[in-house]
Amino acid sequence: MSGQTNLESAGSAGYDYGLFSFASKAEVLDKAKEYWNPGKTQFWIDAGVPLVIDRREEYYIWDMSGKRLIDLHLNGGTYNIGHRNPEVVQALTVAMQHFDVGNHHFPALARTALAEALIASAPEGLSKVIYGSGGGEAIDIALKTARHTTQKRKIVSIIKAYHGHTGLAVGTGDDRFSKLFLADQPEEFPHVPFNDLDAMEDALRGRDVAAVIMETIPATYGFPLPDPGYLRAVKALCEEYDALYIADEVQTGLMRTGELWGITKEGIAPDILVTGKGISGGMYPIACVLVNEKSAGWLTEDGFGHISTFGGAELGCIAAIKALEICSRDETRSMVHYIADLVGTGLRAIQAEYPEWFVGIRQNGVILGLEFNDPQGAKYVMRHLYENGVWAIFSTLDSRVLQFKPGILLKPEVVEEVLDRTEVAIGRAYREVMGLRKAGR
Amino acid sequence: MTALLADIPLEPAGVPRGRAMVERAEWAARSFATYDIDTVRRIAKAAAEAGEKHASEFAEAAVAETGFGVAEHKVLKNVACSIGIWNTYGSHDYVSPVVHADRRIVEIPRPAGVVLALTPSTNPVATTYFKIMLALLSRNAIIISPHPYARKVGVQAAHVMRDAAIAAGAPDGCIQVAEEPSIPVINALMTDERVDVIVATGGTPMVRAAYRSGNPAIGVGPGNVPVLVDGTADLTLAARRLVASKSFDNSILCTNESVVIVEERIEAPFTAAMKREGAYVLEGDEIDSVRGVIFEGDHFNTAWVGKSAVQIADAAGVKVPKATKVLVAPFSIVVPEEMLAHEKLCPVLGMVTVPSAARGIDAARAVLRITGSGHSAAIHSEDADTIMAFAAAVRVLRVSVNVGNSLGSAGIETNLAPSMTIGTGFFGRSSVGENLEPKHLVNHTRIAYSSDERIPMADFAGLSPWQAPHGPVPSYPIASNMDDAPQLVRANGPASESTDELRDEIRKLVIEELRQIIKG
Ligand SMILES: Cc1ncc(COP(=O)(O)O)c(C=O)c1O
Repeated sequence: MSGQTNLESAGSAGYDYGLFSFASKAEVLDKAKEYWNPGKTQFWIDAGVPLVIDRREEYYIWDMSGKRLIDLHLNGGTYNIGHRNPEVVQALTVAMQHFDVGNHHFPALARTALAEALIASAPEGLSKVIYGSGGGEAIDIALKTARHTTQKRKIVSIIKAYHGHTGLAVGTGDDRFSKLFLADQPEEFPHVPFNDLDAMEDALRGRDVAAVIMETIPATYGFPLPDPGYLRAVKALCEEYDALYIADEVQTGLMRTGELWGITKEGIAPDILVTGKGISGGMYPIACVLVNEKSAGWLTEDGFGHISTFGGAELGCIAAIKALEICSRDETRSMVHYIADLVGTGLRAIQAEYPEWFVGIRQNGVILGLEFNDPQGAKYVMRHLYENGVWAIFSTLDSRVLQFKPGILLKPEVVEEVLDRTEVAIGRAYREVMGLRKAGR
Repeated sequence: MTALLADIPLEPAGVPRGRAMVERAEWAARSFATYDIDTVRRIAKAAAEAGEKHASEFAEAAVAETGFGVAEHKVLKNVACSIGIWNTYGSHDYVSPVVHADRRIVEIPRPAGVVLALTPSTNPVATTYFKIMLALLSRNAIIISPHPYARKVGVQAAHVMRDAAIAAGAPDGCIQVAEEPSIPVINALMTDERVDVIVATGGTPMVRAAYRSGNPAIGVGPGNVPVLVDGTADLTLAARRLVASKSFDNSILCTNESVVIVEERIEAPFTAAMKREGAYVLEGDEIDSVRGVIFEGDHFNTAWVGKSAVQIADAAGVKVPKATKVLVAPFSIVVPEEMLAHEKLCPVLGMVTVPSAARGIDAARAVLRITGSGHSAAIHSEDADTIMAFAAAVRVLRVSVNVGNSLGSAGIETNLAPSMTIGTGFFGRSSVGENLEPKHLVNHTRIAYSSDERIPMADFAGLSPWQAPHGPVPSYPIASNMDDAPQLVRANGPASESTDELRDEIRKLVIEELRQIIKG
């Protein structure tokens, strides 16, 4: 259990990765601070999670120290089907003998094939696909598309939304990230409280809103669940006030709710749907925007309207075709239901042991937010989980809540192991926080 | 279409899909293993009834798809392997703990987990039904790999039982079927470490592959059934039973008789009796012609599997009455180079004549030296000494007496366990020597107390660790702040027009309703 401070090297051999090598983990951390991102690097050291991910396989990651962690962060679903999923790796390896990223100006084989597969899988009405190279770009495309379609500028999002940090997307999110770069534009990007229909209607009443953008379950906010009927009512309001409804399914798509697209469980056929992260199995960056006919106008009017060299890179498309197929299987859907059932039951049993500490379980499929009774509660649990071999991250925008995101292909024995480790970590975090409170922190 | 990436090896699509099935089965097995006896019985009964309902439909479909067998006979097998299995085992309990107070032991049944079932083309529906029934009664998840030649009907049969079982509360994924079986898929399934036991019925190579896989396996090999008719037999009845049994399903069961061994002194009356039952006894050149048709060099020509006696006679240029059910082919000595002494999956019955019952026993042993070790044999006799000597000498694990072997050794016309899977035991290089039953798919955890009676033993009477599920397994993932399962928006792709309109209508109503709520 030396994960917290284990910074020594793996021996005299050091760490040789062929193209580069390091003498020790300490060297990596030092150089990361020097050449890469001192703030982030130091943050994790201070948080007691000095993780430098080395080997990755299935739902396991290994720190450079050799410490194994079960990954329940999954980078927000990027590793939904596991790290280096062998089927995706194989599809890509084969494809690399023939394809590269392709030429983004031309119609392309893999882009067309993926678009067709996405549309067949998508909620009814969505009919065309536009590609970006990451989630943020895809969100920007969605917002630009909405503006073009409605010829209006305003984008309504919820307070504590997270849709990425690119030019437009950043405006929909928390001030912390826009003000830093003088990119806050409150006029064009009004934020309304989540689960508040009156506030939503007030924001839309002026009929000057191009779109409402909604994470189906706001991830970075700690997965607070939409009240029953809330999203459908928002969609109805959009129809009433001529705004488009954009479903950000970056974290809620790809079977994580037990249906391929979480939004279909809300009874909504959105105008625009955005997917990213897990769509390519974490092997090659790509993100996709699915639009309905009503929103697809610019693709005919000026098909060069949005240009992105890597948007829709063909290798990414191939990885995505495979990942989408894996996610769509009957077998996968069945497994997700089993996993969700076992995880939910197991966590409720743990909760019963610490009712005052572990105060809430937000769950939809394998998307979970665990609420703890302390403003920084999730950070304690995160650290104890880390020490105990599980990697799950606190919610950036609500540190009471731990994001708990099991993969969709987990084996029963691994879920059981996760629950065992989680029970111990929650208990330890509880005792730590109680100890601190007694000591009059 | 040209495969542009053809020179690069890519796993056939069915292989990863097969692995996904195994993982789903693991989840299903984990839940199923905690079910209580009442629920298990409800599930097994529902599956059995559904199977029976489709018995004739699938019998005809099997004949149509494979081109062999007799639909009318297949109906019988399909019924026997669905409701018949239920009638035999429905009252048995492979679930609840059993307390042996006298031995101070309690046995808790623990199912194998994931069963991989390989089924033959000759019995595509009956074997599928049979293995599913065994799995359900013993709380195992099962993956069926149908024979590629009988894929369609095998898949349909499995689906019918699956749907009924699920509707009765079985866990999702407890019955799955590989819809595109192929050698790579079967290999991947067999060698998958998550498979707990393979139940392989079929040809020797497939059975041996199952044993080589590294997974526990129950494999059953081919038969080559000798039947001895001695001087004490009731010749009329023996002939009637033999002809009926040999012609059953055009002789594609591994239990159909292969060679009849007749004591010299009754040869004439016995062949006359067989003729009265619809056998045609070949003579002279006719024997060579038939041999030449059904055997190609040193192996059986599979084109004739399950074809009728008349079709075979036609092909051999032998004129036989239209009603002929069996062609009897006399030969002189049971040796490997005599092809008529080998297994014949068609209604051609080899015949040798022997001077005494004792020589007949030797001939039966000789038939079984060719193939069929561990399988079955039959005897028609009234003499206990002969029957005992025969049974003790032949290297098989079941001997049907005065009954046709096809349904006799399969336990349908005897009190052996009714089975489509005949364990050939150590003689036949198999791990099971009985007709396969649900019990073969269950182990037991034994609670054992000290044999010292002074140390008290707790009272376990009436205790069961198993429960009925509370609803569908697994439960649908309803969001934790909701009460009811959601109304899904359907996906693009092919949709039926009528439901389209209906959904539009519903959607309009819902939106209207939401508007009212929001405004009010
Ligand atoms: C819901 C949601 N949308 C969009 C994004 C942005 O994706 P990317 O980081 O690929 O730009 C994220 C990333 O965390 C996200 O969680």
